[in-house]
Amino acid sequence: MAMLDVKGLSISFGGLRAVDDFSVTIEKGQLYGLIGPNGAGKTTVFNLLTGVYKPDTGTILLDGDNITGKNTIEINKEGIARTFQNIRLFKDMSVLDNVKAALHQHYPYSTVEGILRLPRYFKQEKAMDERAMELLKVFDLDNERYYKASNLPYGKQRKLEIARALATEPKLLLLDEPAAGMNPNETAELMETIRFVRSEFDMTILLIEHDMKLVAGICERLTVLNFGQILTEGETSEVLNDKRVITAYLGE
Amino acid sequence: MEKKKERMRCAVTYAMVILFYIIAEGLIMTGHISSLMKGLLVPVCYYAILAVSLNLTVGILGELSLGHAGFMCIGAFSGAFFTQCTENAIPSVGLRFFLALVIGSALAGLFGLLIGIPVLRLKGDYLAIVTLAFGEIIKNLINVLYVGMDSAGFHFSTKDTTSLKLAEGGKVIIKGAQGITGTPRAATFTVGIILLLITLVIVLNLIYSRAGRAIMAIRDNRIAAESIGIDVTKFKLLAFSISAALAGTAGVLYGHSLSTLAATSKTFGYNMSIMILVYVVLGGLGNIRGSLISAAILTVLPELLRGFEDYRMLIYSLVLILLMLFNSSPKAVEFRGMLIERIRRAKKPAKEET
Repeated sequence: MAMLDVKGLSISFGGLRAVDDFSVTIEKGQLYGLIGPNGAGKTTVFNLLTGVYKPDTGTILLDGDNITGKNTIEINKEGIARTFQNIRLFKDMSVLDNVKAALHQHYPYSTVEGILRLPRYFKQEKAMDERAMELLKVFDLDNERYYKASNLPYGKQRKLEIARALATEPKLLLLDEPAAGMNPNETAELMETIRFVRSEFDMTILLIEHDMKLVAGICERLTVLNFGQILTEGETSEVLNDKRVITAYLGE
Repeated sequence: MEKKKERMRCAVTYAMVILFYIIAEGLIMTGHISSLMKGLLVPVCYYAILAVSLNLTVGILGELSLGHAGFMCIGAFSGAFFTQCTENAIPSVGLRFFLALVIGSALAGLFGLLIGIPVLRLKGDYLAIVTLAFGEIIKNLINVLYVGMDSAGFHFSTKDTTSLKLAEGGKVIIKGAQGITGTPRAATFTVGIILLLITLVIVLNLIYSRAGRAIMAIRDNRIAAESIGIDVTKFKLLAFSISAALAGTAGVLYGHSLSTLAATSKTFGYNMSIMILVYVVLGGLGNIRGSLISAAILTVLPELLRGFEDYRMLIYSLVLILLMLFNSSPKAVEFRGMLIERIRRAKKPAKEET
């Protein structure tokens, strides 16, 4: 069974059909790319998948469960986590607390237990610390754990956002332009990280990206969006050599 | 390491309050304190509680609320009302005061929840204005409320005492603009300090727990908080109603420290809300210990300056500006960091020698 199965997804804003009849099937463990020129509706697709917008038509099946029309919080519980195009960290909190905040649902001691410092508080806080540190080590952020998130260098902020998304233990990870604003070295490192995340966490990943080197380097399949509609879909090498795709990006 | 630091910081805050109590008690016992200062000890407690509780909304949740005095008003009146009408049923003043505290805080918290549900959908200036309005509404409602009690139960009116139609032997408890008179003054300095400590425990433990992280995550980035499954509405309401309940506690303390309790605009109007906000901003948003210190200083300062009657407000405002600079100007923060560093360095060699 496919991890993500989307059929006929559409949404309009006023007279603008931002996403029109979008369908995609992503198998478990696949690294899937969503590309297209600016304004093609890629981020809108992410917002539809994560429940920020409710689709006008279409269905979204995650691992066989219908999650169409659920809100962001419910969808996160179902198993989709994401990062953002413009980094959205909890900037005044420490790096460690950023990840611990995302562990929220998996260590559900109550507020009263927290205020009265009952045994469950200490037990779960300790477990949270350990789990968060494991994740931070994977991303080589463990030495910066007490830094304020906003004080991290740019590349590490991107990594922290991925670590935070993974802390919610998703089935599907959505990365919105993870390489935006990175230099070639950082991008190369990011490619390694994404590959590593896929193998280490056995993760299914859907990513939006403009950096063709990154897309060609790690994505197995691609869908190309243009003006809200699917232009083409298929194996990465085929798609990138498709004339229509080149035209959409560069013009006639 | 960081965990230890966190605990140290909390411990220092608690120690400060206890030390303040010991010093004040010592001064009272040896008679080195004027009656004026003595009268300020309980106010310092309730203002500190108000500042700490408002800091939870403004500093930790990051939502500007200008109606804090309204919640204090609910606590003060429901607490005093309870103490008055159970005068015969519960003879012990202490027990009645304790129950009044519980009821006043719970009721203020409940109002916080009810007002929070519609109001917390708003943000920034809009939220500030609506909370300000709610604070005024609460104050004005209580101002026109007449409540009496006789053998048949409670009677309510919004006109005057005679329209209550009380039976023989009935008693008017809330007399409209005159408020509640004759509440036993059970709020001592010791009780105030205990309540302040409880407030600190609640707020500090909340901040350094799962719920606290969720609340701060919402403050820093609501969209990201939702994306990792944090229930934004729930935790906003939680912070807001805890904050309101603690303001209610301060209100009960306030109501039991005066013999006459009236909902004037001076006591529960927006001026009061703004004053509490000044304590919070001055002490630093999100800085609980700062709120304590600024509430204490700004409560005592106007009285200390009474000797210079003519220049009082001038000095008060100067101190305000200086404190604000000291707290948040980059140069001052740098200077403070340098001082701390120097002290630390001076300490280290001393340790090595011993």
